[in-house]
Amino acid sequence: MAKKLNMRKRYELLTRGLGWEPTYQSKEKVFSNESYEGIKITDWSKWEDPFRLTIDAYWKYQAEKDKKLYAVMDSFAQNNAHLNLADATYVNALKLFIQGVTPLEYQAHRGFARLARQFSGEGAQIACQMQSLDELRHTQTQIHTISHYNKHFNGMHDPFHMHDRVWYLSVPKSYFDDAKSAGPFEFITSVSFAFEYLLTNLLFVPFMSGAAFNGDMATVTFGFSAQSDESRHMTLGLELIKFLLEQHEDNIPIVQGWIDKHFWRAYRVLALVSAMQDYMLPESPMSWKEAWEIYFVENAGALFNDLARYGLRMPKYHEQATAEAEHLSHQVWGTLYNYAHAASMHFWLPDEKKMDWLSEKYPNTFDKYYRPRYEMWAQMAKEGKRFQNGGLPQLCQVCQVPMLFTEVSKDDPMQISYRSSEFNGEKFHTCSDGCKDIFDHEPEKYVHAWLPVHQIFQGNCGGAAIPDILNWYHFKPEDGGDYAGSADETRWKAMHGETTGAASSDTESAEEKAAA
Amino acid sequence: MSLNIAAKEVKPLRTNFGYTARRVGENKPASRYQEAVYDIQPTCNFHYPPSWEPDKMLFDASRTAIVMQDWYSFTDPRQYYYTTYVAARAKQQEVMDSNFELIEKRNLLQGVPAAVLQQIREVLIPLRHLEYGANMNNQDICDRGYGTTITSLASFNGFDRIGMAQYLSRIALLLDENEETTLLAAKTAWLDAPVWQPLRHAMEDTFVLDDWFEIMVAQNIVLDGLIYPLVYERFIPALTAQGGGTFLMLTQFMNEWYGETVRWTNQLMKVTAAESPANAELLSAWTSQWVARLEQAVLPLAQLAFGENAAAQQVAEVKQELLARLAKQGIKV
Repeated sequence: MAKKLNMRKRYELLTRGLGWEPTYQSKEKVFSNESYEGIKITDWSKWEDPFRLTIDAYWKYQAEKDKKLYAVMDSFAQNNAHLNLADATYVNALKLFIQGVTPLEYQAHRGFARLARQFSGEGAQIACQMQSLDELRHTQTQIHTISHYNKHFNGMHDPFHMHDRVWYLSVPKSYFDDAKSAGPFEFITSVSFAFEYLLTNLLFVPFMSGAAFNGDMATVTFGFSAQSDESRHMTLGLELIKFLLEQHEDNIPIVQGWIDKHFWRAYRVLALVSAMQDYMLPESPMSWKEAWEIYFVENAGALFNDLARYGLRMPKYHEQATAEAEHLSHQVWGTLYNYAHAASMHFWLPDEKKMDWLSEKYPNTFDKYYRPRYEMWAQMAKEGKRFQNGGLPQLCQVCQVPMLFTEVSKDDPMQISYRSSEFNGEKFHTCSDGCKDIFDHEPEKYVHAWLPVHQIFQGNCGGAAIPDILNWYHFKPEDGGDYAGSADETRWKAMHGETTGAASSDTESAEEKAAA
Repeated sequence: MSLNIAAKEVKPLRTNFGYTARRVGENKPASRYQEAVYDIQPTCNFHYPPSWEPDKMLFDASRTAIVMQDWYSFTDPRQYYYTTYVAARAKQQEVMDSNFELIEKRNLLQGVPAAVLQQIREVLIPLRHLEYGANMNNQDICDRGYGTTITSLASFNGFDRIGMAQYLSRIALLLDENEETTLLAAKTAWLDAPVWQPLRHAMEDTFVLDDWFEIMVAQNIVLDGLIYPLVYERFIPALTAQGGGTFLMLTQFMNEWYGETVRWTNQLMKVTAAESPANAELLSAWTSQWVARLEQAVLPLAQLAFGENAAAQQVAEVKQELLARLAKQGIKV
């Protein structure tokens, strides 16, 4: 009678001793990326595999999940279920997602493949390889989910081309390029811990709950389907951090530095998400500030209490991020509104109902600082002088967001925050202490940044005039600008049998449907 | 929520994403495979040089000497993207599960002669380490390669290798009633026994190759092209006559897997060689170099599997099959 094996033991035996121990080539050559960051691994066998998922079980579960997901996608398309959305303005969230997030999933797929090659311990190696494959899944299922929307709405028709070129997409792209150009341990600290463990809910909740609140069942299904993968990824992130800290005390300051850096980098990327969450969703599950309080202040606070015994502290400048939560989405949305003519999605001024919601959610700041601004812009638009910025913004050398953040933590929220550093006799501008620190720590890296505005001025983006640049981005005239009067709006109305009517009738029909 | 049947305008605005339209035509719908793979890899405007290879860009076609006008000339004849890949493997693993179950339940290993079991322990089980190395090489191709139609297949391929390494481990556990004796002995043999050293040495030399396409040739074309036919098409079936037919069932996955894999590797070689005489020359140079090295490296294994006398003949035959197959793809050695 064969002896019984529990799951843990069985998994251990199936992968037992697979890690490659080179003798014909040097270990340094075979695993050439493993040591140059200064991380010390004394014993890979101490790696506690967090999933214990065998390959055949993975095939089975994932195939079952995908079968269900694609069934929903197919029925969504067949029934033209996009007609059931709360409002077509919601689709702009999907435009941001396919342009800004999906290409990052792809980058993660390739990045984790590198770790799967470069880590010499088989436990971490196999975990990374599984994540690499998951990330490909997310890329491809997102493409397939949004494919139907692309057929009925503008702005989503060339996401990968755009991601490599467009000014606002250099924010997410440079963040991932940053991680991917770093060594493998920094990459995984950035992606698995700083992003997936610390901040993933701040991405997931706005998009997936946003989808649920606004009648987008295809995206909701994708979200739930991805969630079980994500929970594996989060576990990997935490396991990795604990492993590095337990392996050698010299690793602690290195890891802390990476957490500080990539927390701030990821947080700046999420600035775009905050604007989407507070302004793009016709029906909002919660405000950015509420999400930040729950998912960062409370959850990350508790996490770092746990991690304190390893010698880790909260990421540097987290207080600034918390202070900014009162302002972030409004500042970003206002800037995007200024540049609506150069985007492949629509922006608009919040209507009365939305502004009341924002006042309620942001009692300390919205009425004081931001409502007057929107009211003035609304007045200007009414007078035929729609406010738009004809110039090009100065970008932060690190996060690449236009210089729009203010001195919130210095109690001066109307003063734009500027920092600068000198390197090799040149001046480099950053948006915050967080970004300046990052620049000063690795100036030789950040001088290479492909800053879209600089590139435009250097003539590398299709020409000197705005239409040439937009053409180079593959933007079409109907892709950007205000939502009101857009091709998307006209079409949405036609979809619902309306030929005329003000924006309010849309809201009503959305409410009727939500009630139904 | 009910369908809005009053809808007036549901005719699509467009058939395609721009990136697929440029390849299949504006008004021709793209397949899910095409949407999932074409041109989704970043190609330009990278922000920082990789710290691990500062003279290259993050994604860089110059990591191989192979030159392609269009890195998406090759497409997978199986049209695998994530979902079709896992769906295919899920079916295969179901079969494997019931094979294992049947053999365990009916105690089918009991009737197998000890000599056959010994052969399995010595020839088959150490190959789990070879699969692990093959996985490393394929992860490397996925990392440093160019073009999603190629790199995603390397990702799947590597994943399959770990799957097969785990199947081999399960066979070892089945032989030992869940003791790890064979697993440990196989590892020791892999590291120390003379029979495995030329192969292990060659593997380590592939790990440090700079050119990822050369790794593709050495690993997925030449090494697999010798090992799989030798082990799964010749050695295992030969055990049937000696009472080891059960192992055909336990290695069914590997056998089918190779038959399936050859479809895309053939296509890849064909498309790459057809691109230019320079590519074809490079592919045949790599092929002949690695065939020369690896036919020597697999010989001791063949001797263990087929006996001293038959080994050379077996290796010569699979080599001829491989070269004949490659010749059909335009690669002359």
